[in-house]
Amino acid sequence: MSPKTLYDKIWDAHVAHESEDGTCLLYIDRHLVHEVTSPQAFEGLRMAGRKVRAPEKTIAVPDHNVPTTAGRENPAQMTEESRIQVEALDKNAKDFGIHYYPVSDVRQGIVHIVGPEQGWTLPGMTVVCGDSHTATHGAFGALAHGIGTSEVEHVLATQTLIQKKSKNMKVEITGKLKPGVTAKDITLAVIGATGTAGGTGYVIEYCGEAIRDLSMEGRMTVCNMAIEGGARAGLIAPDEKTYAYVQGRPHAPKGAQWEAALNWWKTLFTDEGAHFDKVVTLKGEDIQPVVTWGTSPEDVLPITATVPNPSDFKGGKVDAAKRSIEYMGLTVGQKLTDIQIDTVFIGSCTNGRIEDLRAAAEILKGKKIKDGMRAMVVPGSGLVRAQAEEEGLAQIFMDAGFEWRLAGCSMCLAMNPDQLAEGERCASTSNRNFEGRQGYKGRTHLVSPAMAAAAAITGHLTDVREMM
Amino acid sequence: MEKFEKLTGIAAPMPLVNIDTDMIIPKIFLKTIKRSGLGVNLFDEMRYDRQGNEIEDFVLNKPQYREASVLVAGDNFGCGSSREHAPWALADFGIKAVISTSFADIFFNNCFKNGILPIVLPQEAVDVLMKDAEKGSNARMIVDLEAQTVTTSDGEAFAFEVDAFKKHCLLNGLDDIGLTMEKAASIDTFESAAAQARPWV
Repeated sequence: MSPKTLYDKIWDAHVAHESEDGTCLLYIDRHLVHEVTSPQAFEGLRMAGRKVRAPEKTIAVPDHNVPTTAGRENPAQMTEESRIQVEALDKNAKDFGIHYYPVSDVRQGIVHIVGPEQGWTLPGMTVVCGDSHTATHGAFGALAHGIGTSEVEHVLATQTLIQKKSKNMKVEITGKLKPGVTAKDITLAVIGATGTAGGTGYVIEYCGEAIRDLSMEGRMTVCNMAIEGGARAGLIAPDEKTYAYVQGRPHAPKGAQWEAALNWWKTLFTDEGAHFDKVVTLKGEDIQPVVTWGTSPEDVLPITATVPNPSDFKGGKVDAAKRSIEYMGLTVGQKLTDIQIDTVFIGSCTNGRIEDLRAAAEILKGKKIKDGMRAMVVPGSGLVRAQAEEEGLAQIFMDAGFEWRLAGCSMCLAMNPDQLAEGERCASTSNRNFEGRQGYKGRTHLVSPAMAAAAAITGHLTDVREMM
Repeated sequence: MEKFEKLTGIAAPMPLVNIDTDMIIPKIFLKTIKRSGLGVNLFDEMRYDRQGNEIEDFVLNKPQYREASVLVAGDNFGCGSSREHAPWALADFGIKAVISTSFADIFFNNCFKNGILPIVLPQEAVDVLMKDAEKGSNARMIVDLEAQTVTTSDGEAFAFEVDAFKKHCLLNGLDDIGLTMEKAASIDTFESAAAQARPWV
């Protein structure tokens, strides 16, 4: 048998039907659902008189639109439209008999944090959700990607997706990371190197010593942003860290089933000599703490750099860079560390896990945020929040001057009231710096949690290595 | 879904690269529980000022492009969020085809579910089509899915590739779910075998 990549193996294990032209029905093991991209899908089922084929494999949680302030169970806290959307999910979960974590449940949180936390996400699975950051689950060696609402309806009705296989891409990060460099810096550095369309048509497998050395939380951060590089999904082969993370979680297999699962999971790696259509290699020791300067996640530079000149770019990127610099209110040649900020956001499915909060708290311990700074921490789930409180992290954040919020997507996409005002500038641990992403005319610089904490203290983008 | 008919229409030029789905339809319009009515908010933050007045410079506000049914766009169109509200808004406005050198994967798939044809062509071809689109409403571009060609107002034709299954569905306005349901026996068989092989799933 010819050697296979990890992606090949998971794909092959899930093809329920293949047509002559290579169009496949890919069987879906886990379908995660949230309130924003699902109402039309459930409505479609109702209108066609269809049922959810596998409600036991379908998990719903409201996250995008929910307030993150105290007392949010009170519907009066939400706008009419948001309330209707969350209530629609409540009703759909009940009517169709799917697993559900309402806002009143301590396990509620961002869908991509709840899935792994509850043991729904397991190695070798296919996982989909009507959200592009579904790539997060690839950290477990699960083939996970975002889908549109029509596809959500298709999966609800048939538990399959119509798919053609993507190409294989290997992203290897060799060697060790230097102090102050994190998983967020890796994933941004990769996008900086490949561009936001560099992964289009591919599934990426991340590998190499620097990836192996990451915790599961860090691996989730890396895979989370595979989509920002254009890839359908990101994958990391499961190993002892993966098994240790999964074992004992509420929906992880137990007893003899655990042993059987483990036996299969241990076969989930890329065979020696397997073919990759594209290979990108970065040296771990070359990666520095990075920030984004523009309005695309590919606009990445080391924190020690300066705002680039649009004429340094080629093709359509010249005009795009001009537009970005104007939108961001920057000057060509300006040092990135001279960029003043007024808002700090720590959270999101990229960086809302316990390790992220620990990294930020480490920098903030015993310090205060800059006068006039608005800073908030939005834990990725109720359980992350509880753990952070138990570890004393919440107190560190609050003592420093951060707001300590309830779980949700919050200012990552700013659908709820957590938004930037016009012209405000944010150091954000989220995943997108698009125009208007965090609020109309708001300006976003993507950074790691430690870098966000450092910026909160100094009031400008800061090289965290100077504070360590 | 409506069948995709041969299209003769006005093409609007949007040369900006990396036009993301937040630009196509900002998140405040994602609170709807319907698919319809999003056309008026297509490209909202580029199209209107804060008071809701049209921004004259924006291409779809120009008199010659108000009836556009084709977009010719810069690289990597539709990147970002998976929101199907983006193709819903495009379709509701009246856009039936988008031409670029590349599209983000999820957006690309979402288009086909909503009767929109995303066409990938090499840079040189997109450059010619962009120039043609800049001629405004005097020019009509022809998109022929059956023949897999785009033709400029000057009669220069470019052939494009499209997945045979997706083409079939678009031309015939077919419902994916209905087609998959016809293969229910295969899914049943797979599901039983998988439950044996991986009972923990």
